[in-house]
Amino acid sequence: MGGHAEVRPFFFILSIFYCGIASSRTIHVGAGRTYKNIRTALAISADGDTVLVDAGHYKEQSLVITKRIILKGVQYPVLDGEKKFEIIAVRANGVVIDGFRIVHSGISSMEDLSGIKIYDRKNVVIKNNILEDTFFGIYTQNGSNCIIQNNQITAFAKEEQQSGNGIHCWKSDSMQIIGNSISGHRDGIYFEFVTNSVIWRNLSSKNLRYGLHFMFSHNDSYIANYFSNNGAGVSVMYSHGVKMLGNVFEENWGDGAYGLLLKEITDSYIEGNSFVKNTSGIYMEGASRITMQRNLFKDNGWAMKIQASCMEISVSSNNFISNTFDVGTNGTLVLNTFDNNYWDKYDGYDLNRDNVGDVPYRPVSMYSMIVEKNPPAMLLFRSFLASLLDRTEKMIPSLTPERLKDNKPMMKKIF
Amino acid sequence: MRKIIKYVVSDILQNRIVLVYTAFLLVTAFSVFSLEDNNSKGLLSLLNITLLIVPLVSIIFSAIYIYNSAEFMELLVSQPLKRKTIWLSLFTGLAVSLSISFLIGIGIPILLFQPNKIGLIMLGTGILLTSAFVAVAMLAVVKTRDKAKGIGVAILLWLYFSILFDGIVLFMLFQFADYPLEKAMIAVTAFNPIDLSRILILLQMDVSAMMGYTGAVFKDFFGTVTGMLTSMIVLLLWSALPVWLSTRRFIKKDL
Repeated sequence: MGGHAEVRPFFFILSIFYCGIASSRTIHVGAGRTYKNIRTALAISADGDTVLVDAGHYKEQSLVITKRIILKGVQYPVLDGEKKFEIIAVRANGVVIDGFRIVHSGISSMEDLSGIKIYDRKNVVIKNNILEDTFFGIYTQNGSNCIIQNNQITAFAKEEQQSGNGIHCWKSDSMQIIGNSISGHRDGIYFEFVTNSVIWRNLSSKNLRYGLHFMFSHNDSYIANYFSNNGAGVSVMYSHGVKMLGNVFEENWGDGAYGLLLKEITDSYIEGNSFVKNTSGIYMEGASRITMQRNLFKDNGWAMKIQASCMEISVSSNNFISNTFDVGTNGTLVLNTFDNNYWDKYDGYDLNRDNVGDVPYRPVSMYSMIVEKNPPAMLLFRSFLASLLDRTEKMIPSLTPERLKDNKPMMKKIF
Repeated sequence: MRKIIKYVVSDILQNRIVLVYTAFLLVTAFSVFSLEDNNSKGLLSLLNITLLIVPLVSIIFSAIYIYNSAEFMELLVSQPLKRKTIWLSLFTGLAVSLSISFLIGIGIPILLFQPNKIGLIMLGTGILLTSAFVAVAMLAVVKTRDKAKGIGVAILLWLYFSILFDGIVLFMLFQFADYPLEKAMIAVTAFNPIDLSRILILLQMDVSAMMGYTGAVFKDFFGTVTGMLTSMIVLLLWSALPVWLSTRRFIKKDL
């Protein structure tokens, strides 16, 4: 009896092991393998299997993944959508897609055809893929806890209508978008109703519209991303609890282009970002309760445009260096505070040598108000007359908002 | 002709005022670059000098010089020389010598601290401005016999080009704010060499701000090679036209 009692658990454990091995089979797909195409391999695979795809050119029309598998490419096999299909649809939790070159998805104005689309699933990982000429790149619809990492996404469309977004997340939660590079799409990264997510170390450049586009997405952070040369910069709208840390916004040029556009944003935090060579570094409209610290504004047309509809915005300890205009505004109502910033245009003095200027600095120049009202007047900028007007205005402020000033301007660069 | 030019140039370069002018430009340019911590800010101060001081000195110095060399010109006219040659060599001498002092005063610091596109455009426009204002001075002088009046006219012309013109333009801009004035403004700038030079430099310096909608219109014109060439030609016309008019006048003038 005693012997039986010992042996039974042993068999039980062995059988579990056996099951484990059985359910994590590796299925090879390739020209010289049993399975010549991915579709048949997917059909016989079970949850937990790995499908390894050899290098080659696969025209599989639309692949639908309905099991929890790892789909892995060896040396970037090409999945070709022949400009007609959605290439991979993920309809299972915990799927991993790794190492493919996904090209030529269909273009449709009715459906959002994409390179890879996740339908209502969680824990999906999409990493190390190269996407070229896809309508939408990677699309998450109602997903949660998914990781999109190290993908290279490139599109070549010339018009906004002919192009979707690089990484598009809709109604998702706890997403991690890490280390992707996106260019040539309509919006590089697009978030709509996405919460508690992080966008980290992505490179989004030369997109037709926005590098990053945020709508109704609360409590997300984006950290150390690089946005340059996008048609209209980066736009963050109708959200609260947005954290922006250490990003770079560069060379967004044009009348409607902003390094960062904040519209109806509340309770957010902007620290350590660089705004370089934009027509407007930051444009704020209807924003409130935002803290801005230790950002660098350099070589912008306008470092910051704060419309009179903003309130309780605290701008402190930032560096403003060689911008044409430091701050622009459209009214005289000021409900925001500027403190302890470094302005390179400040020409006050510091008698007690505590590194804080003794007279306040007014970042809104008279001429920036004139240009705001009458844009062609930009033509007279830097003329003797314009500097004369600016000087007089500094002595006796009349046009510029009286309360928009930095009471404690720093004498030296802060960092 | 070459002999007269040589004589005028060597005469002016030995002139104490021109020496002071050169030294002044040199000292300000160096101090501006060494005082400001970033060189582009220094360039900005230099821009103001180039747009204000250079035209002022060129126009007033030329006016006074021509009045003072009235006897010398009478002597030349009595020689078998064409009046046209005399007048043109006087112009060339003035323009060349003032350009030389500008090149020494501003050119050396710029080549040391900012040897880039903006710096070179600033040098180019500075020289064109010098010669334009010498030409304007000659036109003013040839039209007024009285010395005090002539110098007064020169000062007024400088005042007009550097301040009044901009004031009028700004006034017009606000009067006609409802109309699309961007294209018209480009044409208007052709009537003032100082504005034209300023915009050429502005487009290099404040490129981010100039990319706004209105700026883009200017950028599309002045930023292109055709626009750049056109504005250079217009600047040259600002020298050529007054010189031509004044020569015509001088040929017939009863000295």
